[in-house]
Amino acid sequence: MKKLVFLAVCMLASAMVYAGGYRVSLQGNKSLAMGHTGVALIDSSELVFFNPAGLVHLENKLNISAGASGVFSNVVYQNETTGAFAETDSPVGTPFYLYGSYQVNDWMAVGLGVYTPYGSSVSYEDDWAGSHLVNNIELAAIFVQPTLSFKISDVLSVGGGPIYVTGSVNFNRNLSRTLTDLEGNRSEVTIDASGVNSWGWTAGVMLRPTENLTIGANYRSEIILEADEADADFENIPNSPLTPFVDTKASAALPLPAEMTVGVSYKFCDKWTAAFDFNRTFWDVYESLDIDFADAAVPDSFNARNYKNASTVRFGLQYDATKMFTLRGGFYHDESPVQNGFFAPETPRNDSNGYTAGLTVNVSDRFQIDASFLYLHFKEVDASYDAYSENGVAAPFGGKYKSSAFVPGLGVTYKM
Amino acid sequence: MKNTFKYIALAAVVGFTSCEPEFENTVTDTGFYDTGSADLSNYVAVGNSLTAGFADGALYISGQNNSYPNIMAGQFALAGAGENFTQPLMSDDLGGLLLGGVQVAQNKFVLSAGANGPFPAVLEGTPTTEVGTSATGPFNNMGVPGAKSFHLVTPGYGQLNPYFGRFATSGTATVVGDAASLNASFFSLWIGNNDILSFATSGGLGVDQTGNLDPATYGPNDITDPNVFAASYSGILDALMAGGAEGMVVNLPDVTSIPFFTTVPFAPLDPSNPDFAAQIPTLNATYAQLNQAFAFLGVSDRSIFFNSNGPSPVVVHDESLADVSESLTQVLIAGGLDVPTATIFGLQFGQARQANADDLLTLTSSSAIAALNTDRMAALMALGLPEASAAQLSVNGLTYPMEDQWVLIPAEQTAIANANNAYNATIEALADARNLILIDARGELAEIAATGVDYPGGVLTSQFVTGGGFSLDGVHPTARGYAYVANLAIERINRKYNANIPTVEIGNYPTVQVHNNGGGN
Repeated sequence: MKKLVFLAVCMLASAMVYAGGYRVSLQGNKSLAMGHTGVALIDSSELVFFNPAGLVHLENKLNISAGASGVFSNVVYQNETTGAFAETDSPVGTPFYLYGSYQVNDWMAVGLGVYTPYGSSVSYEDDWAGSHLVNNIELAAIFVQPTLSFKISDVLSVGGGPIYVTGSVNFNRNLSRTLTDLEGNRSEVTIDASGVNSWGWTAGVMLRPTENLTIGANYRSEIILEADEADADFENIPNSPLTPFVDTKASAALPLPAEMTVGVSYKFCDKWTAAFDFNRTFWDVYESLDIDFADAAVPDSFNARNYKNASTVRFGLQYDATKMFTLRGGFYHDESPVQNGFFAPETPRNDSNGYTAGLTVNVSDRFQIDASFLYLHFKEVDASYDAYSENGVAAPFGGKYKSSAFVPGLGVTYKM
Repeated sequence: MKNTFKYIALAAVVGFTSCEPEFENTVTDTGFYDTGSADLSNYVAVGNSLTAGFADGALYISGQNNSYPNIMAGQFALAGAGENFTQPLMSDDLGGLLLGGVQVAQNKFVLSAGANGPFPAVLEGTPTTEVGTSATGPFNNMGVPGAKSFHLVTPGYGQLNPYFGRFATSGTATVVGDAASLNASFFSLWIGNNDILSFATSGGLGVDQTGNLDPATYGPNDITDPNVFAASYSGILDALMAGGAEGMVVNLPDVTSIPFFTTVPFAPLDPSNPDFAAQIPTLNATYAQLNQAFAFLGVSDRSIFFNSNGPSPVVVHDESLADVSESLTQVLIAGGLDVPTATIFGLQFGQARQANADDLLTLTSSSAIAALNTDRMAALMALGLPEASAAQLSVNGLTYPMEDQWVLIPAEQTAIANANNAYNATIEALADARNLILIDARGELAEIAATGVDYPGGVLTSQFVTGGGFSLDGVHPTARGYAYVANLAIERINRKYNANIPTVEIGNYPTVQVHNNGGGN
């Protein structure tokens, strides 16, 4: 039965949306319900992601958590000067996770995690007003992370492990605001890369100064996805030596930035747990998305991004209502890494507030069902992408954007 | 239990789909934009090729879709007005015309890449727009390529002009009559360009008819008398405004600042071209004889000399010069030249001079310059010249003065400017008297030609091919140029009627289409 669930989830796995940049913070239903806190929460094997140092503290010998979310996220765009309007029709994203940990002895636990912390899926109507920047994009990355967790003392534990990433991206946009073939079809390019692999690592530390207070810190390394053999497919190119676009290979590098998290959790009044996390994501590595086409005749594409480092603050509360139910709620404020003048419609993210809730149903001593819900609220934003130019003259693309995301999630926890 | 799950699932689906992001005020909401006190519910555009959306030497569907009236109507529609703007669309995007299966108008130009750089080439293909198969008019866009002011009030004009013939409501219909039958609530009128333009593009082949009040006697390349223009214009406005319509008029730009006249320099002969450089000594030796005769006759300003170190002007025929053919022949004979040669020289150079900065060479002259004029060669051989000598004396701009059709000389430019000023004065006075918006196309083109106009992502200039403002015929705007005109009009409507109609991003409108014939798309 569990195996079936896992397979079904894996088959859904493709693309996801939202959170600052293309980071998708949906790495566990228990944590998400508490505002996606977790670096200092000792509750389940979701710790494989949130802080491997905590795994060694789990009460049970074997802990397995699996789950997925449905990301219903869309964006509307309008330009009030021209009357242009567009809305995305993005496919539902289905990020997932599977974590397991096993207590080897009193001072060591091993774990394994498979999860999808990055992704993006945005589909505008073809040839919309910003089609020279993006028509549609699908970005997905699956992380696999073997993990070790050691108890140094009753107060101090550490943990970490290597991360193997396999990613894919499919990106389509028009070549300019006006270029068409003779029939008037807009000239476009699709970049497709899959099986792009890379390595990174994570490490964490946990302190338990008292029975009720836990302090955690976790670092996740930067991982650069380098696609060297992407396929570039040019369509609707005029028959002219003046437009030398031919299908070719392309290379590009997409950084998945490093992330530092510190946090605390505190148990109080018997049934309550409060958690606070602070994330700092080092987005400044994402300076530019440069596409180098193998065919020398095809001009390379340089797309400034100039992301800045961004912080997220997270609060979560848990209440053990009954033996059967555990209730959770949370809030977070997610700062966008996108700077003024670099608001590209492929990841149209401004600052957002996440409101979360969820519950766990203790079906038995061993088996739990975890449900969560996230509503991500974005303000209307007037923004532009100014780094696009034609013939050396900047052609800013701006307007109002409004995003929304609703993310119900469901998971299971098994322990013995 | 099963049903409960179904309902929960259904509720979830409904819940999430109704949670799409929404702006507080969406541009697509009724009332976001408004037309103020203007009634734009029935917009009718009247004019010539500039109203029709003619570009690249042809009328074709995508050009029509980017006509300035259609762009305006599209923006009006965002403000909830005039969604049903109709146009007499051609049958294809090639642009040529067929009359009884025979092609009578060429296809559009595309920018073709050749060994010597890009050049406008006529797009290959068989057009499918048959003039005889009439479209059911009238249409909101009543722009008729080629029409002059008085043509719009000429009964049966459809029999003279296939573009109107396609959709005239009857054999005796007038353009303005058909337009008036639509009972416009708002109209635009841009007419009069061809009243001077055809004279200009023909290099002044026609006649300045100022003083002749009977347009029935005019030739196709003549300049219309300003009083005829004024009477026609007034009559058109009467007809369009009979039902109480308001509207806008567009004045006439200086036709001599369009790329058709600004692209080919007066001194196009470049000594870095070895074919030309090799001929320079012989040419100068031959012209030395002639220059002496010019000096003797007191017209040494007509001296002809080709520079080996820099560009040289072409030799042109200037019909405003005193004709010195006979005396020139006599002087050449006295100087020792044989009688037959001296006679031919006299005839050939009696009104010749080298071009100067005040002359405007037409865009079409570029392929004629330094080319062998076979007609002239045949004529000289008929006069008894051996083939080699005839050929030597028949090279356009080098030995055979550029004919009238290739050059707009100052006298011709003056005639154009006088008429242009008179027409614009009429338009301004009528606009003022009838409380119409006046779009100053003359001022706008002057700015585009002088400094260019900035827009997000570029500068709109009148530079041929690269400037973005003018299509490959050098006369008509590109879609981007038409979009610019549409924005001018929308801004004026917004101001006058306290309306809020969005403008367009002109950088989203195309300029010239690159395409090499052959090899499919």
